[in-house]
Amino acid sequence: MSTIEPVPVLEPQRQGRSIADGLRNALPKIVLAPSFAVILVFVYGFILWTVYLSFTTSRILPVYKWGGFDAYYRLWSQPNWYVAMQNLAIFGVLYIGICIILGLGIAILMDQRIRAEGVLRPIFLYPMALSFVVTGTAWKWFLNPGLGLENTMHNLGWTSFKFDWLVNPKMAIYTVVIAGVWQASGFVMAMFLAGLRGIDGEIIKAAQIDGASNVSIYRRIIIPLLRPVFLSAFIVLAHMAIKSYDLVIALTGGGPGNATELPSTFMYSYTFTRNQMNVGSASAVMMLMGITAIIVPYLYSELRERKQ
Amino acid sequence: MSAANETVSAGGARTARYFIYAALIILALVYLLPLYVMLSTSLKSLDEIRGGDMLAPPRDPSIAAWVRAWGEACIGVSCVGIKGYFWNSIKMVVPAVLVSTLLGALNGYVLTKWRFPGHKLVFGMMLFACFIPFQAVLIPMARVLGTFGLSNSTTGLVIVHVIYGLGFTTLFFRNYYEAFPDELVKAAMIDGAGFFRIFWRILLPSSGPIIVVTIIYQFTNIWNDFLFGVSFSSGTSSPMTVALNNLVASSTGVKEYNVDMAAAVFAALPTLFVYVVAGRYFVRGLMAGAVKG
Repeated sequence: MSTIEPVPVLEPQRQGRSIADGLRNALPKIVLAPSFAVILVFVYGFILWTVYLSFTTSRILPVYKWGGFDAYYRLWSQPNWYVAMQNLAIFGVLYIGICIILGLGIAILMDQRIRAEGVLRPIFLYPMALSFVVTGTAWKWFLNPGLGLENTMHNLGWTSFKFDWLVNPKMAIYTVVIAGVWQASGFVMAMFLAGLRGIDGEIIKAAQIDGASNVSIYRRIIIPLLRPVFLSAFIVLAHMAIKSYDLVIALTGGGPGNATELPSTFMYSYTFTRNQMNVGSASAVMMLMGITAIIVPYLYSELRERKQ
Repeated sequence: MSAANETVSAGGARTARYFIYAALIILALVYLLPLYVMLSTSLKSLDEIRGGDMLAPPRDPSIAAWVRAWGEACIGVSCVGIKGYFWNSIKMVVPAVLVSTLLGALNGYVLTKWRFPGHKLVFGMMLFACFIPFQAVLIPMARVLGTFGLSNSTTGLVIVHVIYGLGFTTLFFRNYYEAFPDELVKAAMIDGAGFFRIFWRILLPSSGPIIVVTIIYQFTNIWNDFLFGVSFSSGTSSPMTVALNNLVASSTGVKEYNVDMAAAVFAALPTLFVYVVAGRYFVRGLMAGAVKG
């Protein structure tokens, strides 16, 4: 990665005397300006707009009549919102946890001088190239209670095998976890593998000379050294979990009932189909706050560390 | 790092090696299973699907379901297959990727080689824009697109994807140009080369790898997008992912699992193709997007 120098590298040297000179000096800023303006308006301006909408009485269309905290009161008194939050907690914890454990596990196995690494690595990673909609579609079929995994197990002779998670309101959220882990764990593996390859072999050699066993080398030395990778993986996965929308829609459609409602699906349905735009906006603001709480300290520390 | 493994191999612990290979092969099979099931189901007939086993290879492979998915399957009320939506996606992806990549390159160039007071704040604000949940801009965007008559149009989606891709493309190029020697740029300036000349002649010719990374990253992200597609388009203007979801979620008539799977394969093919051809760059893009700074 790169360092950020506090001083401008190449300030145009002469102060422009003529208009042409002035224009030349301003050119870099003129080039950057449209992009920055677009970000200001379409990201930050739109966020403020959404925040404002959450304080209005908007229903089917945006209206700009002040409604105070009404939308937030209504949001936090919706049983549906609690279902969404609870599901996000279940999904988030399991998705992040399993992805990290599985990713680290596979990375460690892959790091044992495996002969076919070039073949195996792409196999673990390819789901990341797929659309969540494709992933959802594939897993919906794979876990189909009548014709999918259950049927296969019956054919194999395990006739008592029952797998109805997709249509079981209590278990449906776990199918989202399974499909999500399948999609992202290979990527986490690649992150850990890159981290493992970056560790100085001398440290490990020294530990081996001291007679440390393989297990304790991993437990005491290597895994602690991978701390930055854990952090990166956590940030990426947490961010994906909060944003997760397509996967749920394609896999369960938020159902059965509202069993797999997530904040993202909640926001969409309240805004565009249930005509409670202010509540939808309020939920979007909550999502934004959640992501900000995770991302901003991370970005801040990343950008700061570089300075030193 | 491989020193830790020396004890394993040097110790001659063959069983440990067998265990490692066995575990990796089993895991690889599990990861491949959904893709295999998707492909084999798309090649089966409906009777075979209903009567047979999901894991069994197709008895009599046929591309009939592919043909149906491409040209005949019913999405909503129109039964003309997914081909129109596939082209919608292409028409959306190509301009959006090219424009956002070009802008990102220019932004990265300015933010590293023509720094001005406050460049860090500008970059920080663009970086944060990469991570916002798009739900926080969905309603205003829908209003603005509607006002300008761009809802339900490919143009509207192109604009949306360019805007929300800018943060990432700028990040990629900024980090790449950061490592580009300033001396070369300075020398060119002394020789009288201007802003654009330096960009075209000096930076761009050596930007090959990062251009590939950025294009692949943007292509994958935009092709796979669902939220913007479903929010800002409807009916025949939808991109592929939205059409696939509508096809699979529709509950009218006989459920044609093989056609669903064939459509999913079509939706997956372009990004899988890119991944197979340029996997190295794909991974690099993911990493650069994940481990930032």
